[in-house]
Amino acid sequence: MSELILTSRMDAHPADSNTLARYQATGGYEALRKALNEMTPDQVVDAVKASNMRGRGGAGFPTGVKWGFLADASPRYLVINADESEPGTFKDRQLLERDPHQLLEGIIISSFALGVDQAYVYVRGEYPKPARRLQRAIDEAYEAGLLGTDILGSGFALDVLIHLGGGAYICGEETALLNSLEGRRGEPRLKPPFPAVEGLYAKPTIVNNVESISNVPWITLHGGDAYAAIGPERSAGTRLFSLSGHVKKPGNYEIVMGITWGEMIYEIGGGIRDDRALKAWIPGGASAPWLVPSEHLETLVTIDDATEHGTMLGSGAIVVMDETTNVVAAARNIVKFFAHESCGQCTPCREGTSWLDDILQRILEGEGRPEDIDLLLDVSDNISPGLGWPPAMTTICPLGPSATAPITSIMRWFRPEVEAMIGMPEVANA
Amino acid sequence: MSNPVSQWSPANQERAERILAAYPERRSALMPLLYVASLEHRYASDEAMEEVAALTGVTAAQVRSVATFYTMFRQEPVGDYLVSVCTSISCHLLGGEDVLASVEEATGVRHGGTGEDGTFSVEHVECIGACGGAPAVQVNYELIEGVTPDKAQSLVAWLSDTRPDVVLADEMQQLFGGVRSFDWGPPEPDGAVRPVPAFAPYGSAKEGR
Repeated sequence: MSELILTSRMDAHPADSNTLARYQATGGYEALRKALNEMTPDQVVDAVKASNMRGRGGAGFPTGVKWGFLADASPRYLVINADESEPGTFKDRQLLERDPHQLLEGIIISSFALGVDQAYVYVRGEYPKPARRLQRAIDEAYEAGLLGTDILGSGFALDVLIHLGGGAYICGEETALLNSLEGRRGEPRLKPPFPAVEGLYAKPTIVNNVESISNVPWITLHGGDAYAAIGPERSAGTRLFSLSGHVKKPGNYEIVMGITWGEMIYEIGGGIRDDRALKAWIPGGASAPWLVPSEHLETLVTIDDATEHGTMLGSGAIVVMDETTNVVAAARNIVKFFAHESCGQCTPCREGTSWLDDILQRILEGEGRPEDIDLLLDVSDNISPGLGWPPAMTTICPLGPSATAPITSIMRWFRPEVEAMIGMPEVANA
Repeated sequence: MSNPVSQWSPANQERAERILAAYPERRSALMPLLYVASLEHRYASDEAMEEVAALTGVTAAQVRSVATFYTMFRQEPVGDYLVSVCTSISCHLLGGEDVLASVEEATGVRHGGTGEDGTFSVEHVECIGACGGAPAVQVNYELIEGVTPDKAQSLVAWLSDTRPDVVLADEMQQLFGGVRSFDWGPPEPDGAVRPVPAFAPYGSAKEGR
């Protein structure tokens, strides 16, 4: 596939794709040379804007537009969000472990474009190996004059520091991440001000996902228009999808958006284990409402088609569930995750997620009450009024509303199954 | 000003200085220093938090409020081998709870606990980014993918018997793992010496055999 941007090097050179020698031998750091020698910072920003790349962390906000909001004050910071924690997602881990120089080159070019001389990479604490691989790449880069003062003789200076997190999903939210990086509890900040105006240490800060920035070298080398020409208009470029659950071939797949969900699950994912029937899938991480085979196998995998069907591509994590799945238990697993990860600042989230967990638990134990069905929806509605998509918010960040996604999903597609469990331990435990 | 960590190993004192110098504001060093202090004290003890407070210029109560927000700063002594079993959605769908039960049985330690002899701590954890290799387990944050309940039992027995000084992901994966999320590429030389994420700048990584 000629359009591969992110994974061709690691596929071709599995033994050493993470090293500077291999990276340079396969065209690495040519984009940086081009940026430093032939381009102005604004030209790099313009290329990223022209690429139409939408952020790969979950929200899908166009990276170039985000860069355009950066306030004109000094110092400014670039922070890479490597706090990959959305259940089902393991793509950034592969980019960090297998091609750390690609990310690093993206960081250096982006810092040049944004007028940044200090970048941070916030890596989740449970990713020590990805952090070590990136640290070795950083060490190699300093030694080769690709980091530090006067990079490649251009006069441009940049330092990059890895910062390990402490095990908190919420730090993937960019303002929580910044608080954490400042040595505080990872509690999201009320926006505005947005980080681009007041971010790290109240200075203008851009926070971008690992995959987003890993695309920057290619965009710099080939131009924003070339990137924008790949795939559907509003879902430009390739994307790394993490496939897991009951598929025959789990893994990360770099694909051009615009295929159907049927192709994604049955061709890319190899179909369902033991050739069982497909029951449902989560199209974009645990926060995303589910899709079902009776409705969505022909739906296109694009950001906008996902929105139209009341869900999102989110972090690109696809979790597939076969016919044997107890969907109430699966929903409870996800709700429990959000209850555990709620930072506790906002009452609807702090209280609501635990309520949802308790109710699902008693239904699963066969002690559900008939009114629990309405109660689940009522509590969800209090967290996210109207239960629409994108979710309405009563909270500082989207964590609470995310916990309602599995509830609305099972109520929409599997309500008879939930109702059958009410007061029926033998059904609940089947 | 007296050195609040004069009893730390010289290498860790040097690391602490480097970490503090790397940030524009000292407070940013709080979490990295908590990891270093956890190596010195075997966990984020009261003393560790007081030391980090002195180093970063905040109160011990502020350090505690941060430490308790996150799951990886342990406020109680933790075993030599922290076995973390993922039970989030992808691992749940493929039997993560069965792996947890197997680890609990083999160690005699329940979720959230530490065995009396201090060898094992056991916990179930939320998603550790190994969903393509579910169910996944970490030992001192070093990953094994595609673990079955039987393999989990063998892993516990192996840790008990061989008591490795350095926990290496590749070695464990080869012995007790199965399906991986992706090709891991070349072998990783470094591993974990304690239940602290193994990262050289924090002094927690060591090269294995």
